[in-house]
Amino acid sequence: MNSKIQHSDLPDQSMDTFLKGLWKENPVFVQVLGMCPVLAVSNTAINALAMGLATAFVLLMSNVLVSSLRNFIPKQVRIASYILIIATFVTMTDYAIQAISVDLHKSLGAFISLIVVNCLILSRAEAFASKNTVGKSMLDALGMGFGFVIALFCLGAVREILGNGTLFNLRVFPEGFQAWIVMILPAGGFFTLAIWLLVFNLYKERKERHEH
Amino acid sequence: MNTESMWYIFINACLVNNFVLAYFLGICPFLGVSGKLDTASKMGAAVTFVMLISSMCAYGIHALLVAVNAPFLQLISYIVVIASTVQLVEMFIRKMSPALFRALGIFLPLITTNCAILGLALFQTNKGYDFLQSLVYALGAGAGFTLALVLMAGLREQLGFTEAPKVVRGTVITLLIAGILSLTFMGFSGLGN
Repeated sequence: MNSKIQHSDLPDQSMDTFLKGLWKENPVFVQVLGMCPVLAVSNTAINALAMGLATAFVLLMSNVLVSSLRNFIPKQVRIASYILIIATFVTMTDYAIQAISVDLHKSLGAFISLIVVNCLILSRAEAFASKNTVGKSMLDALGMGFGFVIALFCLGAVREILGNGTLFNLRVFPEGFQAWIVMILPAGGFFTLAIWLLVFNLYKERKERHEH
Repeated sequence: MNTESMWYIFINACLVNNFVLAYFLGICPFLGVSGKLDTASKMGAAVTFVMLISSMCAYGIHALLVAVNAPFLQLISYIVVIASTVQLVEMFIRKMSPALFRALGIFLPLITTNCAILGLALFQTNKGYDFLQSLVYALGAGAGFTLALVLMAGLREQLGFTEAPKVVRGTVITLLIAGILSLTFMGFSGLGN
């Protein structure tokens, strides 16, 4: 995919490491990674937020573990080891969510287990955590995780407001509002993401034009 | 035990609840490899094959894990099986057709992280399908994935001849088309009962 993963190795850029995930290299809007959960569970803001936080947690834990083990994992089996590490934390998260709220666990369904195959987590482990210190990897995971949460929330909020007239189950539009059912259907996920990406592209284009 | 008929399972997995367009599974290859019709159909075939093998293995593993009472190992063992199947397919394709191997590129090893395959294994376990039902489910899901990929590739090949505005080119227009395809597939709901 069109992921442009770059990172600097200068020591005084820890703030940059954190911030780049939020905006410049936002995993969803810029790198277009981890699309499946983004589209599938963003039909309400609550689901989107829970999914985002679960993913961010797994990302943080796996980044920390991968970077602390980076000198012990042989190169040939590194991808398999990363996947095993990620799968362990996902299983933990799955059980934790089930313990916290059965309803939430039901509405997210198999998509919690599917965090294992979220390309975002594997790509951070491979591109960043396996080459950097624990502290930097932690910052990177936090930045990317928050970027992911924000993106998911943007999608979830738009879809819930338009598709249901509510946000976090609170009414936004008056009773008579004709909800756009299409927004909570699968097709709405594609459309909403397309429109967000369009907005980003327009913004980028305008900025470039200003610079010239 | 689930008593759905084979026909229902197939139609359901392939059209009504298409893995790509209704469940959003396997979006990465769907957006990444759908540029050319030829590559798309071969990618679909490779994914279907991995699905069949991993579905069979998942059935066995699930039975084993239930027997030894260790359900928390489910996810880890599924992903290991899928990763090794993909490795096998990769070696096979590299040997048989180096050209196809180059065309699929990074997306071939990435079949491992294709959510459609892990999703299939998890769904069939959740639904309690028996061995034959699981196989049919895998076939249906694979056919549905291939169908979505091929449809998309056909549309994108046509798109190459049009003059879309610069801002929508690339991912944006692909997602818009995917949305319209997804709406179209909703017309299948209620089929196969």
